[in-house]
Amino acid sequence: MDWLLQQLINGLALGSIYALIALGYTMVYGVLRFINFAHADVLMLGAYAAYFLAPAVNSVIPLPSLTGAVIVTLISVMICTGIGILIEFLAYRPLRKRPRLTVLITAIGVSLFIEFTCQHSAVFGADTKPFPQLLPEHDYHFGGLVVSSNDLVVVVTTLLLLAGLWFIVQRTKMGTAMRAVSHNQQAAALMGININRIISFTFGLGSALAAIAGILYAMKAPGIDPLMGVQPGLRAFIAAVLGGIGNLPGAALGGLILGLLETFAGGISGLSNYRDGIAFAILILILLFKPAGLLGKATVEKV
Amino acid sequence: MLRRTFLPLAAVSLLLPACNKSGGDGITIGEFASLTGKEATFGISSHEGTVLAVETLNAAGGVLGKKIDLLTEDNQSKAGETSNVVNKLISKDGAVAILGEVASSRSLEAAPICQQNGIPMVSPASTNPKVTETGDCIFRVCFIDPFQGTVMANFVTNTLKAKKVAVFTDVKSDYSKGLAKFFKEGFIKAGGQIAAELDFNGGDKDFKAQLTAIKSAAPDAVFVPGYYTDVALIAIQAKQLGLSVPLCGGDGWESQTLLDIGKDAVEGHYFSTHYASDAASPGVQAFVASYKKRYNGKVPDAMAALGYDSAMFLADAIKRAGSTDSKAIRDALAATKDYEAVTGKIAINAQRDAVKSAVILQVKDGKFKYLETVAP
Repeated sequence: MDWLLQQLINGLALGSIYALIALGYTMVYGVLRFINFAHADVLMLGAYAAYFLAPAVNSVIPLPSLTGAVIVTLISVMICTGIGILIEFLAYRPLRKRPRLTVLITAIGVSLFIEFTCQHSAVFGADTKPFPQLLPEHDYHFGGLVVSSNDLVVVVTTLLLLAGLWFIVQRTKMGTAMRAVSHNQQAAALMGININRIISFTFGLGSALAAIAGILYAMKAPGIDPLMGVQPGLRAFIAAVLGGIGNLPGAALGGLILGLLETFAGGISGLSNYRDGIAFAILILILLFKPAGLLGKATVEKV
Repeated sequence: MLRRTFLPLAAVSLLLPACNKSGGDGITIGEFASLTGKEATFGISSHEGTVLAVETLNAAGGVLGKKIDLLTEDNQSKAGETSNVVNKLISKDGAVAILGEVASSRSLEAAPICQQNGIPMVSPASTNPKVTETGDCIFRVCFIDPFQGTVMANFVTNTLKAKKVAVFTDVKSDYSKGLAKFFKEGFIKAGGQIAAELDFNGGDKDFKAQLTAIKSAAPDAVFVPGYYTDVALIAIQAKQLGLSVPLCGGDGWESQTLLDIGKDAVEGHYFSTHYASDAASPGVQAFVASYKKRYNGKVPDAMAALGYDSAMFLADAIKRAGSTDSKAIRDALAATKDYEAVTGKIAINAQRDAVKSAVILQVKDGKFKYLETVAP
């Protein structure tokens, strides 16, 4: 029984990380109808920003502490927001009028560019770096069960960001403009919406989410390298599709399901080899019956 | 039509530089290493050792009166990249011998290419037996996993007095799978029982699912034949889950990064490796001193020592062969007996593997401490 509950806790903790990353993918898709593959690399840049900031912040406010962690995270978020807006301006904006496929391939190119530039020894280097401890860590024991404080932080942050994003998209002027752009860019422009500003804002927001996810991911597994975003990024993208891409609660749900599936498949002696195989086979099954994702709306293409 | 004309042309152009180079004034030796990517610290260490050896040789007048030209290619720790760079080293650069690399999976990729071209290859630290089984041109200067697995199985049985052990294998790595297999065989033979067998994929960041399963099997120790980045995270998460038994592993653990990431979570765990830099032998101390001098006081790890040994061992064979002909070098390598290397005395056996001793280290006070030497 303990075993089952512990795996449930492990799965929820892993799933929350996927959910958090998936929120970024799904939000950008919701507005622009394109997958920003560089999201996973902005996540990595967020973790590295925190890695380099931590010693500086430590000299003013000793780490690990909550205030210090929040300050490191805020500065990293600002840096990544800037990078996100810059990526959009340099790589995607010149292709705005081109077919979607062109932008998609460019996104993959941007992703590879960031990964391999950062692997150069003059940038970050390819070796794994030890991530500093930002928050005080504590393991809570309930009978035979263990919950680590980092996992609780991840779950709470994911819930707060989900609520915050929903509020921005549904209840603010900026969010209304984002939804308008998502429906029809030309019509939105005719209504006096500054399309460039909205798209920059969307990318900035997505990159801010990526930075937070990167830092939380690095806190959970404190070894960071320039390719650290690839695996969780792929999983989170799939989680977003599973939940219905473009749908915020769907991304969170998809992340949790994927995390639980992986944990239960991985925790069985003899089957752990097939952990990803089992998890993804179930995902394919779900998508066969719900092609638009669990919470996605099936859209009819008008001919 | 285009293809027909292209193929012979390509074949000729591949051969030409090879002829030119071997008649030149230097001896071209190719090296492939994981200088970037996941196992970068291994590649960098062995590369630094190799460079030190070549510089030492060239400073002393080279080999057979010729300087050694070391050409190094990076395979980025990635599958598929090795075959590209090794083909280039042989066909385009005309290397007479190839050195590389640490990870068995990638040495296994290079071995068939060297074998087909008749170019001798010396691996510094690939311990999987399959590497030299590829053919009679492939050699290594390290011990192999059946020996390393048995050493650890005996250590776990006799020193740790463990009866039940869980094995946690990286299924992406030939090294890890091989070592796990030989450990299990040795441990069962010594009367032990395997409590649980779990797998992970190298590069995973979350191991809690498997570690929870291991914990519920209540083993006396866990054997984790992985590489340092994964092992550090495994140790941290095992500690979080309250799995407090000793973890044991092989030479894939030995890297400063293990200590930097794992911190107090890796404290007290054990692994087997090729040499200990704090051993008292004069050969080791001379090597440590010259390495420190060349690389700003850095202490050489086992991979650096093996990288150094691989180049020195090859140079010794070229000297004995008296020629830079690949076939002659191969025969000289195969005939090596009692070669005195930094990592111990090497004899090459019929399988072209080095027969030599292993050491067991423990992580203590944030350092690797020498525990014991196990003879073959």
